Formats: sequence, structure tokens, C-alpha cells
Amino acid sequence: MSGYDVIVIGGGLHGCSTALHLSQRGVRVLVVEKDHIGRHASGVNAGGVRQLGRHVAEIPLSVASMALWHRIGELVDDDCGFECHGQIKVAETEEELADGQARVAELRALGFSHEEVVDQAELRRLVPAISPHCVGAVVSRGDGAAIPYRTTFAFKRKAESLGARFEEGATVTRIARAGLNWRVETDVGGRFEAPVLVNCAGAWANRIAAQLGEPVPLEVIAPMLMITARLPPFIKPVVGATGRTLSFKQFPNGTVLIGGGMLGRASPDENRTDLDFANLAINARTVWDLFPVMRSATVVRAWAGIEARMPDQIPVIGPSGTELGVFHAFGFSAHGFQLGPIVGRILADMITGNGTALPIAPFRIQRFHQPAAAA
Amino acid sequence: MSDIKTAYDLAVIGAGPAGLAAATLAARQGISTVLLDEQPAPGGQIYRSVTETPVRDPKVLGPDYWHGAGLVKPFRESGAEYLPGTTVWSVSRTLEIGLSREGAARILPAKHIILATGALERPFAIPGWTLPGVMGAGAAQVLLKSSGLVASGNVVLAGTGPLLWLLAWQYLRAGAEITAILDTTPRANWRQAMPHMTGFVRSGYIGKGLKLLLDVRRKVKVIGNVTALRAEGDGQVRSVVYRQGNGAEQRLPAETLLLHQGVIPNINLANAIGCAQSWDDAQRCWTPQTDAWGATTVEGVSLAGDGAGIGGALSAEHQGRLTALDALHRLGRIDRQQRDRDAAPHRAALEKAKQGRVFLDTLYKPAQEFRVPSDDTIVCRCEEVTAAQVRDAVKLGCSGPNQAKSFLRCGMGPCQGRLCGPTVTELIADARGVSPAEVGYYRLRPPVKPITLAELASLPKREDEIDAVLHH
Amino acid sequence: MFRRLHDAAGERVPFTVDGRAAEALAGDTVAAALLANGITVCRNTPVSGAPRSPYCMMGVCFDCLVTIDDVGNRQGCQVRVAPGMRIETQDGKREIDR
Repeated sequence: MSGYDVIVIGGGLHGCSTALHLSQRGVRVLVVEKDHIGRHASGVNAGGVRQLGRHVAEIPLSVASMALWHRIGELVDDDCGFECHGQIKVAETEEELADGQARVAELRALGFSHEEVVDQAELRRLVPAISPHCVGAVVSRGDGAAIPYRTTFAFKRKAESLGARFEEGATVTRIARAGLNWRVETDVGGRFEAPVLVNCAGAWANRIAAQLGEPVPLEVIAPMLMITARLPPFIKPVVGATGRTLSFKQFPNGTVLIGGGMLGRASPDENRTDLDFANLAINARTVWDLFPVMRSATVVRAWAGIEARMPDQIPVIGPSGTELGVFHAFGFSAHGFQLGPIVGRILADMITGNGTALPIAPFRIQRFHQPAAAA
Repeated sequence: MSDIKTAYDLAVIGAGPAGLAAATLAARQGISTVLLDEQPAPGGQIYRSVTETPVRDPKVLGPDYWHGAGLVKPFRESGAEYLPGTTVWSVSRTLEIGLSREGAARILPAKHIILATGALERPFAIPGWTLPGVMGAGAAQVLLKSSGLVASGNVVLAGTGPLLWLLAWQYLRAGAEITAILDTTPRANWRQAMPHMTGFVRSGYIGKGLKLLLDVRRKVKVIGNVTALRAEGDGQVRSVVYRQGNGAEQRLPAETLLLHQGVIPNINLANAIGCAQSWDDAQRCWTPQTDAWGATTVEGVSLAGDGAGIGGALSAEHQGRLTALDALHRLGRIDRQQRDRDAAPHRAALEKAKQGRVFLDTLYKPAQEFRVPSDDTIVCRCEEVTAAQVRDAVKLGCSGPNQAKSFLRCGMGPCQGRLCGPTVTELIADARGVSPAEVGYYRLRPPVKPITLAELASLPKREDEIDAVLHH
Repeated sequence: MFRRLHDAAGERVPFTVDGRAAEALAGDTVAAALLANGITVCRNTPVSGAPRSPYCMMGVCFDCLVTIDDVGNRQGCQVRVAPGMRIETQDGKREIDR
């Protein structure tokens, strides 16, 4: 089937965001998704919309994405459940607070001012329910959270309304050159061609990269989350901890989401994850220590997404190192949701030939293929 | 929890007829066996409170109920460990059971697990079903068995299925009054059930069943061919509105409305473990896939009783024994020939117990209008999502229950879809014009029952800490 | 409305509901005891404030949630009444810290 300018592999947030930005420019896009839109990491993550605590290389992208988040309704005709009450990383000891101060100073030196240190009094004002032993925090007041599945679905619907097509339930089995085009074949008999290919296949992105001759050390992981029954509103910001794994937030409907990255086990071939309750217990004990009021809260469900991370903790974004007309955006685990809106724009900029002004060199795929001395 | 071993060869979950029979047989063969159950006393739901019911007159509950008492004594003497008051909230693929007792949680490994988690009443969503005073007929039966309580005032029973008639019969024998029974059994079902009449006539059900039905019909007003139902009231149910065939709406006063349209397997634990399940078009419900011995698609996990497919209490008992024999074989305790030999009488008994079921299933298959409710009906009780909202979500592009869940929160409440799942599947299938099998079901995850953060936090940290807790 | 059968045997168990004295039969679950004492509504839902009472009596519907001895969101049909137990009906989202 001809008629497409770009084929995007993967219907998560990055794939849908790419489709949206391209469709806005009149580019004809097909997204091929092996399950349904938002089925994996994009639909089941903690929904953190944060600039806080990022790898320095990601900050310019994160700041640019945050500007999009603050006007997300204009972009996708849906507010995506975005709420902005700040994100906070709590310090439980003076040493942790000192680390926070050093970090904020480092960022300021680089020209970033979105993070600030607050003392115990200000922390208690922002989060009255925090345990009294916490001594302070690093805060990013412009941060917040949104609803992941709803966000991904909104990007998809908007893209579709602008002409993008979505093939769900179709797993890509083969990609190959067909003259000037790329041909993509699926397990349900689909054959599609387009001059440009985009790899947004998340935990399965390495299978695509390998077919292009540029395999990468992508690690598939299953970060776990828990949600409680509804509680009366008692906390507005999203809270993490410095010295231990935690992401803690309360939705407007009163349920509390507890996560942070304790790992279960992923079986990507079977679309399955297995929870590790010993690790969830560690999460529970963290909440016990930091939020004493939560001790008799009831956990009604736990789950884990199938996500991908890279060994240097930053994603792969950019053109292929081996083939023309191919672009990558994957490996975002634990830090991809907030970047979704901007990454789609970056890819659209590159694909339509304008290039991007944002500094994406640190994310190039070649960094995994260079000899150590030259890196 | 110092009375529990650190691990067992066989863990049986659920102390109804399947679980009791399975644990008894296995323990007698000498493997370390534990029976875990949520209730404080054995019997499951069908034999609920059989060891301690305050209803002393055996004529009230009937001989089928009291048969259950005969399962308890052999179990108590079998050597199996019994842990009542224990909630199982997770079973991993490596057969580690997450459980809670007395406010503390722990992980209990086993080499083989038999799920005997039984059935629950098929959701019967009608407008007003969330009003106080409306409950399942099974719920009324529990109140009778466990507490000797009967509904008073204007009591209306509505629906279809053997349990509805059994409850009516038990109520009459207890001296309780029933205003009316609104029978929703579709007329067309009789025609469809007739071909299976021979099997039914040969079974034990016909004698008991007919007598029971005639008894009830003699004493209670039965209104047949009911095609629509609605509960009305402000703050609690005051009346029930119904329609016969295409007739006009009629109203009955009711302070208690007891709804029932059959039972379906309680699949939450099996689903959360990852056992494959299929849509049973005849019984209109999801059923975990099992082989002739009850083995599921997850290695080391078997299912026995109504949880593997509705067959009734006697079938459950015989299935329990068959599954236990297979577990003994898988654990290396008996060889294949002995398993097959020992199984023969239980297989024969099971075949006999199954006779007549097809007739009952066909006759009592609920009508479409009660499986696919009207727009204004609350479908998800926990999150108060209506049928209209689910239909709207389908129009927006939701193709299955998991997307509907992400969109509407439907199925995200504490009941984990037990009371909305089948309705949502059928609603979406109907809206899309495809089969329920294609639409699928919620993807469930543990904990299958809520646990407090305190319980979770109390999980022992490491192996040596577990030892310290048990042996200090 | 529920009434006890005349010949229902067993000891009486005293407990309180929202501070008021009540009596159960030994072996009653909290949910059964509330119904026996004429208490039709055990909670209001956190979503809309609608009144609810026990629906399934077997632990699957979660409509019988009440606060028992200061611990909220407990399934009344899964807990046996003990002498002196303090039951409170729930209003909306359960209170934080209980």
C-alpha cells in the first residue's frame, strides 16, 4: 500500500506525538502498533510531568516540553488530566539535603533555575503530611502530573483527526529497503511503504534497530506501581525521595499512586509482567516512613509496565547511524512521559528537513557504536 | 504466624466442596497439604456455615446442604493443615502465595496449587440495583445459613436459575413470606432446552427439582415471562417495576428485592495468575482453560470446582478428588497408572453428577436484556459508571474492557470487575457487533483482594528474617 | 428489613454502631449484624455519596465497607462481630489515618 510519507513503528506516546506533529504539517503518517495505542509503558506509568531530577542532557528538552504541557489542551483538544502542583524530592537527612543544594547550584551554573532548595518549614507547608523527620527538599514548582492513557489516546485522536492512520493489532515482522522506500511487513499480512521510518517501539525498539544493523544495549524492565482506594485530599504535589525509590501522588478522585521504580519482571514476548511483592513491600515501607497517615490505606491494585532503559539513563533520539530515512525515539523508561510532546516535535522537525534547534547530540544512537576512546 | 510451615507440597485455596475433597485426598496420601480459606469455618459458599449454622432444623436448609457436613470430618482427620480467616491476594507464576492473616502478610511457597475458589452470582444489573434493600439471592441465602435471618415485609424475588427457587423453598420452610417471584426465564428457553430433557430426566435433579418447584408455586405468586425490571426508591428500594412480555409496566411494593440469574466462575485469582481463559457461549461467562485433570495453562496451578466451570456442588467434590490425584502424580507421589486407576470411580461419579446440567444451563440462560442493560443502568457499582458511558466509550474507539477501564475507571474499583466484568464484555460486544470472545476481558493483577499498606509493609524482608520470625 | 428466625440459637454479642448500643448473634458477620439491627445503609459512596448496603454477603461486591475499631474500608461481611466491637458507617472517602 502506498500513499504514506512516514511509517511510525509503535503506538505509545512518542509514536502518537510524532504522528500528531507530522500530521499538523500535512505529512501523511501511518502508525503501526502491535497491540493497541498506549498499551504498554505509555498507558501505565506514573504520569509524572516533571523537569525535576533530570539528567542534565535532558533538561533543555524537558523545559521545552513543559511549555507544551502548559498548553496541552490547545495541542490535543484534551487537558489530559494535567495538574500542576509541583514535584518535590524530599531529603531525609542533612547529607541528602546537602546533595540537593549541590545539584541546584550545578544547574544554576548551567543556566537552569527550575529547581530550588526548600527548608523544613517550607516543605511542611507544601506537604503537611510529610513525616517530621524530613529536613528539606528540592522542589520544581512548575511540575505536575497527568493521566498517561488519556494523554496518549488524546494525541492519537488528534493525529487521526488530522489525517494520520493507525493500524492496531499488527506486529512488524520485517523491515527492508524497497527502492527509495522502506517496506514494513506485519504479522497480519500488512505491507506498507514509505520513504521515512520512525522507530518508537519502546521495549521492542532494539528488534527494529537490530534489523537496521545498529543493535543497542537496551534493557527491558518492569517498574511497578500500586494504587489505593480513595482517600480525602491530603497532598497536592508529587513527592519523591532522595535516598530511596519513591513516586507518590494523589489524583483528584482521591486515589493515591505509589511507585518510583521498584522492579518486577518483564516477559516482552508474552506481553506479561510478574510482580515482585518483596520489592513492593520495600515501597510500602518507604511510604510508611515518609507518610505515617498512609499506614492503613488499602492497596487495590498493583501493576508494572514493559519499559526500556539505556545503560546511561538517557534515551535514544535522532537519525539512524546506519540508514537514511530512519529515525529513532526510544529508551525513555522512568523519564519519558513528560518528554512525549517535545520529542514528537523534534522528530517532525528533523523529518521535514528543518532540523531541530534543541540539543539532541547526547541522545544519538551512535554513542553505543563508537570505540571507547572516541566517545 | 508461627504455626505455618515455610512451604508446602500442596496448597489448596478455598474450603468449599472442591477444596475440602482435594485437600482430604492429598493429605491422606502423606504430602504436606494446607487448605487456605477466607471464611472462619469450612464449607465455602454452597455449604456456608455448615458446621455452625444457627438454623438447627435440618428441614429448613434441606438435605443437599447438609451433605456438606459429611466433607468436613474426613478433612479434619486427614492430616491437612487448615488456615481459615486467611485472604489470598496473590499467586505468582513461581507458585508463591501472597496471603494475609490477622493483619500481617507473608509469602508462602508451594510446589503445586489447586484453586478451588468457586463461583459468584452473575451480575444482574437493572436500574436501581444499587439501592439499599436490593441484594443477590445468594446473599439472602448466606444470611439465612450463617445468621438465621430472613427478609421481612414485602419481599420480591426476581430472576432465573435453580438457586432462586431453592431460596424460595428454604424461605417457605423457615416460615418467611414472599410477596412474589418475578420469573425472567425466557419463554424461548423451554424450546431450546427440550432436546436435553432425556439427560435431565435421568439425573437426580428432576425428582428434587420438580418437587421443589411445585412446592413453591403452590404457595407463592409467580409471575412469568418477565422481560423488564427496575428497582425504585429514594435512599432504599420501595417498589419494583416489571413488564410481562410486551405488556404494560406494573409495580409491586418491595422493601427487599432479591436478584439472581445464575452463577459464574470466580475467575479473578486465575486471571491474575495468568491462566488463560475462554468465553463459554453456552453459559455466557468467562472460564479458565483446564484439561481433564483441572490443570490450567500455568505450570503447577490446577483448578477444581465451579471455578473451572459451573457444575454444582457434587461435581465440585469429585473434581476436587481428580485434581488432587493429578497433583499427587505431578509431585511424583504416585505414577500415572495409579493416578488413572484411582481416578476411575471419581470420573464415573463426576459424569453422573454432570447429567442434566445442560438442560438446566439451557433453560436458565439469562435473556439478552438482562445481560446487556439499558443506558441508565449503573454497570460498574464501585465507580458508578453507567451502560450509556460504556457505549459512548465504544463510539470513541474503546474496543475492549481494558480500554474502557482506562477511559472510564470502569473496573478499577475494589471489586476488581467481579460485579461488572461480564456485563461490560457483553455491552461492548453488543455495541461493536462482535462476539464477547473477541472483545475480551479485564486484565487483572494482584492483589486480587485489597491489602493495607501496613500488611504489605509487614512482609518479611529476607529468608533469614522469615526464619527468625518463625523460630524465635 | 431482616428478622431473626425464632429458633435461631446462639449467644448474644453486644457491640456499637455509630456509638449506639446493638446486639448480634454469635457467628454473625458485621454486615449481617447491621441488617439484623435494622440498619439498611452502611455507607455512602466516595464517588457520588449514594447510599449502599451489603449486596453479595460473600466478599466480592465491596459494598459492605464499614469502619471497625478505627480501621476503615473493612468488608463487614468478612469480619465476625466480637463483644465490644465499634462499628461506624462510612461517609464518602474514608478518613485519612483510619
